[in-house]
This record gives sequence, C-alpha cells and structure tokens, in this order.
Amino acid sequence: MNLFSFVPARFLHSSPAGRGPDEFRRGNASRMLEPGQLSAGIELPRRGRRLNRGTLNCARPAAGWKMLAAGIFVLLVLSLPCALYAANNADCLACHADKTLQNAAGKSVAVDGDTFHASVHSGLSCTDCHSSVKGFPHPDHPAAVQCTTCHADQTKGLEGSVHAAASPGGCLSCHGSPHAIFPKDDARSAVYPLNIPRTCGTCHGSERLAKKYGLQNVYSVYMDSIHGYAVSKEGLLVAANCMSCHGSHHILSHKNPKSPTYKANIPATCGTCHGGVNDEYLGGVHGKAVASGNMKAPVCTDCHTAHAILQPTLATFRMQSTPICGSCHQGRFATYGDTFHSQLGLLGGYVQTARCWDCHGAHEILPASDPRSPVAPGNLIKTCGKCHADANASFVQYQPHANPRNRRLNPALYYIRLFMNLLLWSVLGFFALHTLLWFIRSKREQDRNGHAGR
Amino acid sequence: MTEQTETEIVPAAQPASGKDEKYYLRFTLPQRYLHAVLFTSFLGLAATGLPMRFSDNAGARFFARAVGGFGAILFFHKFCAIILTLAFLYHLKDIFTRAVVHKEKGMFWGPTSMVANWKDVKDLVGHLRWFVGLGPKPQFDRYAYWEKFDYWAVFWGMVVIGFSGYAMWFAPFFAKFLPGWALNAVLVVHGEEALLAILFIFSIHFVNTHLRPDSFPMDMVIFTGKETEEEFKKKRALEYQRLERQGKLEAKLADKPVYWWVNFAKVVGFTAILIGLVLLVLTLIAYFQLNGGVG
Repeated sequence: MNLFSFVPARFLHSSPAGRGPDEFRRGNASRMLEPGQLSAGIELPRRGRRLNRGTLNCARPAAGWKMLAAGIFVLLVLSLPCALYAANNADCLACHADKTLQNAAGKSVAVDGDTFHASVHSGLSCTDCHSSVKGFPHPDHPAAVQCTTCHADQTKGLEGSVHAAASPGGCLSCHGSPHAIFPKDDARSAVYPLNIPRTCGTCHGSERLAKKYGLQNVYSVYMDSIHGYAVSKEGLLVAANCMSCHGSHHILSHKNPKSPTYKANIPATCGTCHGGVNDEYLGGVHGKAVASGNMKAPVCTDCHTAHAILQPTLATFRMQSTPICGSCHQGRFATYGDTFHSQLGLLGGYVQTARCWDCHGAHEILPASDPRSPVAPGNLIKTCGKCHADANASFVQYQPHANPRNRRLNPALYYIRLFMNLLLWSVLGFFALHTLLWFIRSKREQDRNGHAGR
Repeated sequence: MTEQTETEIVPAAQPASGKDEKYYLRFTLPQRYLHAVLFTSFLGLAATGLPMRFSDNAGARFFARAVGGFGAILFFHKFCAIILTLAFLYHLKDIFTRAVVHKEKGMFWGPTSMVANWKDVKDLVGHLRWFVGLGPKPQFDRYAYWEKFDYWAVFWGMVVIGFSGYAMWFAPFFAKFLPGWALNAVLVVHGEEALLAILFIFSIHFVNTHLRPDSFPMDMVIFTGKETEEEFKKKRALEYQRLERQGKLEAKLADKPVYWWVNFAKVVGFTAILIGLVLLVLTLIAYFQLNGGVG
C-alpha cells in the first residue's frame, strides 16, 4: 500500500511533533545510515523559480573568449551541485522511501520516489522546498514549506480570495500531495479540467462545510447539470468546470464587483464560451437593462441557474422556465396560467405547448413594439405558426394573456365570464334550494306514511 | 361496494307486493341506450375535462399523470366528445324522424312534449308551495318541469360546450369566420358551462332523480325502461289517468324486468353515481381553492 498518496500532504512537511531522526521508528533497521554516507552540507543554489538540472539560468553569455571561458567555468562550478542533486534526493529517499516511515506523532513521512520523479517538481531537489534541512541529521522541526518562494503570483492571488482564511491546507488542499503534482493538462493532476469538480467538491460537496460557511451544496447539482454531465460523462475539456466561472487562485465572493460571478459580470463570464448567445442577450431588453445598471433584470444565471443548468430542450427545463419568468412577470404569468398553453404542460407528459420563450424569444427579447420581435403584430403568423401550422390573421388575434377578470383590458371576455358565472350560480342556487326543500319535505312525508308508501 | 349491492338486490328482485305487480313501459330501448351513452361519455368528459380546467390542483395533476399525462387526457376527452356528438346527432335525427317523417303528434306541444308550457310554471310554483306546506302536492304528467329542465339544460349544454370545444379543437379553421377574441371566449364559455353541467348533474340531477326519498337509492326506470303500476300512479298520476281515460294503458304494459339486467344496471348505475359524487367533491374543492374560497 502506498501510504504516501493517502496521507494529507501537510503531514509530509516538518511536523511540530517531529523529534529528530533518532526517534523515528523504522521498519527496517538495516537501512540505518551513517552520517558520513550522506552528501550533506552541499548547498544548492537558490536561483529563483525555473530550476532545471544541468541548465541553470544563472549563466549569461558574454562577449569575448575570456568571458566565454569564465562563463564555462562558472557554469561548471554551478553545475556541480546540480549533478549532485540526484545523490541528494536519493539520500533523502534512503529513509523517506520507506512506506512505513512515520514521525513521532505517528504521521507518515514517506515519499514515493517514482511518483515524485514523474511529477512537475521532479527537477527540484528535496531541500529546494524543505530549505531548513541542511544536512543529516536534520532539525527536529523542519520549517514549513513555502510554495510562495516560487509561486508568488498564485499565493498573492490566494491571499485576497475567499479561500485565504477558509483553506486549512493551503495550496495542497487543491493541488494534492506536493510530491505528486502534475501539470494542469496532465490527467493525473488534481486541477486537470476533468478533475476540478471532484477537487472542489472535496469541500463544496460537503453538507457540513456548506452549512458552516452559509454556502449551497453545489457539487451534486453541478454534476447533474449539463456542464457537469459534459465533464464527467463526455470528458469534454472545454465544458465549464468550477474554475471556468470562478477563476482559480483569486476566487472572489459573488458579492464582490470584481468577481466574475458578480451579477453584472455574469453575461461576460458565460459569454467567454457562449459568445453568440451573449451577443443576442446584450441586444435584448434584459441585456440592455443590466448594462444600464438595472440589476433587477435577469442575467444568465437567473433563468438558467448557476450550477443546476439543464439542457433547455429538456422537459424539466421547459417546465421550470416559465415560473422563473413569472417570478418577475407576475401578471403575465397569472394570465398565462388561465390558458390552454399552461394547463396542458402542468398535467404532465406534454411540454411542447408554448413556454414564454417559445413566443418571446429567449435571449434577444424585444418588446412587441419592435418590428423585429417575434411577438410584433407583423410576425405573429410566423411565430404562432411554429406550432399552429395553419395559423391565419384572425387566428393570431387570439390573446395568449387575456384576462377575463379585467374589464378594462378585455371587456368582451369580462362580460362573457360574468354572464356565465351568473348563469352558473343562479341555476345552481335556485335548484340547490329547490332540491333541498323537496328532499326534506319528501322525507317527512315518507316518515309519516311509513316506508310501505314507497 | 359489492356486498352492499348484493344485499340490495334481493328485495328489489322479489317485490314485497308479489307477482301480480304490473309493469308499464316508460322508456324505449333506444332512449335507454341514449341515456347510457350520454352518461358514460359525460363522465369521461368530466373526468378528463376537470383536470384541464383545474390544472393547478395537485389532485388534478396526480390523476392526469397517473393516466398518461395531458396527451392521454386530451385524447380521451376528444374521444368522448365524438361519442357524445354522435349521440346528440342521433337524437336530432330521431326527433326529425318522429316529428316530420312519422308526423307523431304531441312532440312539440301537449302533455307528452318536452317543451315547457304554462302547466310547468304552475307546477313549479305549486311544488315550491308544497315544500313549505302552503298547498297540496301538484300532480305531474309524462314529464315534470324538473325533468324538462334537465333535458333542456343538457340540450343547451351540448350545443354550447360542443361548439366551443370544436372551436378550440379546430381553432385555425374556426378563425376563418370567427373574430380573434372569440378564440379567447370559447375557452371561458367551455369551462364555465361545463362546470355548470358537472355541478348540476352530479348534485341536482342525482338528488332530484335518484337520491330523493321517493326514488332512493336509484330510479331504475332509466335502465329497465319499466316501472311498477304503483310508482307510475304516484309519480305521474296525470299521465296514468289520461292513458286510462284514452284506453291506452294496456298498450303500455310490459314484462317484469329481468333479474340479471336489474343487477347489471344497478352495478353500472351506482358506479356512475359514485364517480359523479367523487368528481363533485373534487370539483368543489378545486373550485374554492382556485378562487380563494370566495366563489
């Protein structure tokens, strides 16, 4: 069993409980090393972030043979420690390759050398990161590794983000074991596009954590969404994962105006991929309202939701979309509810009837007064004709939002409904009384005559 | 249900008054078939139409989904509508044949006609007075005023609901000669008139005809076509006397209804009444929920 991959990476750093090599419990006593065997004391140059074996960027070309010779000399001198690096890592692994190696606190301090050598950090020596270790025996409490030494930009981004305080494991919470970090386009990487939902879901799929920070438990709804499906089932690298919308290191709250998930920024964020839809949206009433600062108007996520985005042709989405429009357009929603279009859908198994956006358009919504609008009088035959093949000029005079309760807007309908209601209640009222009295009278008559008179 | 039916069958099949009891024919076989087709298709229309009218109601949605969703509901609604339309056309043809071809007398006027006359008004007033003890019980002829009302209510209902229904079914066609707002109106008319029909049939007609003490639990004459002399004399004294006077009573004599047919009719009839009453309760609940309890 490779303990290494199961032990939280932070325990592989210096442990506060560490008591020095003497106190290490060893699985194999024969592997005890003599101090002289270690190539300790050789200090590697600390040359910034791009440290590669053999080719150090400290060497500069210079004009003239002297300079060249000097350059070669310096290069050779500086290469020496690099050449010794392998021996250095091997020395560390002499102890740390032992899978059972634990510190005094009982935490594994084993390192899988093979994985490490395949990782993105394979060019580094152990002491590049564990810089407080200068030789053997090393300190009881080696200093914590500072990723920022090389990854300053990322750490800076993280510091201002929502994860600055929340993330107990620092970089490793997302990137996994420091000895098994792979480039982000490597399928083994924790931040490979297809792995990101699972990585973020480690915390954001947890009820407990969601409750603690007042967040939604978004992981499961995302995984059921069209984006989650594309990532998890289709393996689509371009499908939106968490990072595509939220960013990576500098993740900000959606309440922060600089955040890509801030309401005003959402069209641009979604538009990164859905460019065509975003252009349409910006040309419609909703897009214009948001652009002019009216934050009551919907952006993408108001209709499609943020994480539970469904394929819009799905029955579920067709059914859930109408109440979403209705949450702002309440009057229109109520009158829509009176019509056949609505009634049919509610009864199940029949979702083809017109939803709001079948007539009004989805992204480039225009007022009926705009001749380009699908509900402009001139376009009605075509719009209604999408479903009603033989729609004609009289047919499209039908008002899909007629309100029989509104005398001012629909007088004819209002009086027809009034008449029908009067008829209904006068007939029923009269006969209810008539029949009740009759019933009582007959019952009394029958009781008086006895049941023989039946 | 079965148990209840069983216990009621025995006394009905063996009348206490013995084998001498005479039976008279009230409804012909085609008339009884017409009523059967009418009430089965009406129940089907009501059961499938109500969920559409009250699509917000949870029970309506549950029922609709259980039977296959809106597609199934509408299909069955249209199917029943065609059956009822055919029955209605058959009835019109029957009236035409009897009145025009056979020149039958008393179709449109007189004691045997369905057309309302002055006596019906007097009967209504007299009946109401009798209810509250202000006068004697009026005597009725072949069709009493409430029976005529039932008939015309259904007649008018079929015309109105049928027309508005077909106008919705074939909206683009009807739009060729109806104004646009009429397409909105037909839905309102269809729904309200159907609601009236449902509430009327399942409460007033049920009680007036079947559940009132004189006929309780069901007036079997619409299923058997025959009623006893005693019932005839009591319920339609004027008709009995008139036929007696004219010497036509003997011609109306009929055999006692067959045992199995009575039982079968009871099962069918009680099922229909039960379905109707359930629909009535559900309709009232849905109606008052939708209208916030104010009607």
